[in-house]
Amino acid sequence: MSAAQSSWKEWVFTTDHKRIGVMYLVGSLAAFAVAGTMALLIRIEQSQLGPNLVGDAFTGGDTYNTWLYFHGAAMILAFLIPGLTGYFANYFIPLMIGANDVAFPRINAFSVWLFFVAIVLALAGFVIPDTPDIMWTGYPPYSVMTSANTSFYVFTVHLLGFSSILGAVNFLVTVVYMRAPGMGWNQLNVFVWTTVAAFVIQLIFIPVLAAAVTMLLFDKYLGTHFFDPAAGGDVLLYQNLFWFYSHPAVYVIFLPAMGVLFEVIAGMAKNRIFNYKACVYGGVWGITLLAGEVWVHHLYVAGMPDWIRVGQMVSTLLISVPVGLMVMSMWGTLYRGAITYNTAMLYAGSCLFLVLIGGLTGIPLAMTSMTVHLSETAFVHAHFHYVMAIFATFAIFSGVYYWFPKISGRMPNEKMGKLGFLINFVGVNVTFWPLFIIGIQGMPRRYWDYQMFPQFEGYHQIAFYGAVIVAVGMAITILNWLFSAIGGEKAPENPWNSASLEWTHCPSPPGPGNFPKDVELTADWTPYNYDKR
Amino acid sequence: MKGRLSALTGIAIALMATGAVASEGGLPNPAADWDVLWNKVLWDLVVIGAIFGIAALIMLFKYRATSPDQVGRGPKLSRAQALAWALIPATIFMADDFFMAAKGWTLWNTYRTVPENAMEVKVTGSMWNWEFEYENGIISTYDVDSKEGSGLVVPVGTPVVLRMESIDVIHSFGMATYRVKEDVMPGRITYIWFNPVEAKESWVTCVEFCGTRHSYMYAPVKAVPPAQYEAWVKKMESEA
Repeated sequence: MSAAQSSWKEWVFTTDHKRIGVMYLVGSLAAFAVAGTMALLIRIEQSQLGPNLVGDAFTGGDTYNTWLYFHGAAMILAFLIPGLTGYFANYFIPLMIGANDVAFPRINAFSVWLFFVAIVLALAGFVIPDTPDIMWTGYPPYSVMTSANTSFYVFTVHLLGFSSILGAVNFLVTVVYMRAPGMGWNQLNVFVWTTVAAFVIQLIFIPVLAAAVTMLLFDKYLGTHFFDPAAGGDVLLYQNLFWFYSHPAVYVIFLPAMGVLFEVIAGMAKNRIFNYKACVYGGVWGITLLAGEVWVHHLYVAGMPDWIRVGQMVSTLLISVPVGLMVMSMWGTLYRGAITYNTAMLYAGSCLFLVLIGGLTGIPLAMTSMTVHLSETAFVHAHFHYVMAIFATFAIFSGVYYWFPKISGRMPNEKMGKLGFLINFVGVNVTFWPLFIIGIQGMPRRYWDYQMFPQFEGYHQIAFYGAVIVAVGMAITILNWLFSAIGGEKAPENPWNSASLEWTHCPSPPGPGNFPKDVELTADWTPYNYDKR
Repeated sequence: MKGRLSALTGIAIALMATGAVASEGGLPNPAADWDVLWNKVLWDLVVIGAIFGIAALIMLFKYRATSPDQVGRGPKLSRAQALAWALIPATIFMADDFFMAAKGWTLWNTYRTVPENAMEVKVTGSMWNWEFEYENGIISTYDVDSKEGSGLVVPVGTPVVLRMESIDVIHSFGMATYRVKEDVMPGRITYIWFNPVEAKESWVTCVEFCGTRHSYMYAPVKAVPPAQYEAWVKKMESEA
């Protein structure tokens, strides 16, 4: 790449899906760094009884609560969702389907800039005097009554929502209309399927979230009473609307993360996807179909009518069926494979165990009567961190390593990569297992002090050491990416000998227009055709 | 930790125990039922986790490439095989789901069915305080800073139903010892009940985020022998 080509204007005004993808990656990793710093502060604060970093017992909570807010909001809204549906989808969907770009490149550029404005707006919350303290969930009446700012949160959600809706329309049109000649639906990469499903979910459910936070804004600043029971409003309406989007949002993260893992595992095991159709039509679309019928499990102890609590216990438990089908396919893809271990495959392999821990601990939480005790404890905290934070983040890291040669043209340093992986893997488990244990014993969530439960101090200390270990692993990982991108060994065109289009038909990194020659595929081509080549 | 391990070894007993565990008075005890069901669920998780975990370990180890040119030889499934590999696991997962749902529903009914002789206490949550009002008009609170006040005092052997409301934001009334919690909201009344079968001092904590002093919104829950309870009631009445 010549110096002129990489001038800043080329990036700011770009409509190239690959550059837009890289911009999403940079933005989401910046958000990840912020969220990680907050996590470390939270762990330090909890590591000892009594005020630690924050002031005194009377006002210290306010500082701590803003950390919780930024940690949650940045992780979910600015790292996980944009990382998976922004970076991976942008960079690889057109390459995987043999398209020159997305259907609407300028709208795509608009999406990424909305995302950046949203991140700036969210971070501006740090510097205003009334820093938001409303958690990433923003439940009223607290979010309406608090003297802290709510509007930055609402406008951030609006901007990210617009960005995601535009992205969703763009990619759905791209996949439907721009596949290479000869590419049938059953020849798509699993990653493409999972991302398409994630965009369908975004398109259906984001407007509900946007409505919910808009009503919040009106209640707080314009004097309406949507959520104020004293004036005839409904105190639970917000939670229903919020989770009607935000539970499906878990699958917006989970599905593309699984998709990335399928690509890495199939590519590194040189194997076809086991039972592809069951995985796609049963697994991916089964999850999508059930996504909108399970939100009440976030309100099991919120005084909802019994019939809906029991009804959604059944629908929530049934999620295990499509997830199970995807798991069967993922395990089956290892069967009789020829696995080569690089850093990407180590992350992917560890995800097989992380998804088990995260998924299985969801079973008691799906049961209303079990949740009566476990809800809002550190058990829930540990459960969703295994699924969302650890599993999804490890899947993202796996994908970043796997496609590193593709986007940078250079090989990642495997020694540093593997070292970073080992440290991260140890660190996350040291951090979150203690939280399962004290969660079962009743440690509440979102506490910065726990006077009434001094017996949990030791567990919090262990979790703190885990967080420090993770911080070291993350630093090694991010530095490794930076150094490898600048000075890594030059990568061959297809270093992992993958059969997928993004490796076989275009250079690393691909130039404008992606493919030197138009892609045409035969009827027996699949991205996983290893034993036919 | 030790208790849970020994509970693990008691799998046979746990699996055979069906229905509710009755306390001495013949009344159900949701907290004990919760522990029984937890052991069953834990076994379910451990067995499923072990099957998939060990399978993954074996395959990750066994199917390493022996040469760089080697490719995978994963089976190409016929239509019948593909259907079988989808429907049989799906049926097994679904059976386990319905089994869990049935067990969960049974316990849920115990949680939601208040015994007829239950003593009623009105709970009011506010930022950041719990207030307990008894049927005879006694009001009890607890100050976390001065540690003054008795919190919720109940007699052993009598089931207690709490009718709960908040005067400001949403709180949640969580008693880990009695394995129960429910949100406390403005504008609607929610309830939970519990059965204090033995004399014990424990805590109620607020478990729904409610602002600055959320971490300090707790109070003692004292289950005391009936005679001691009567004495406490008399004392409170004379102070009032």
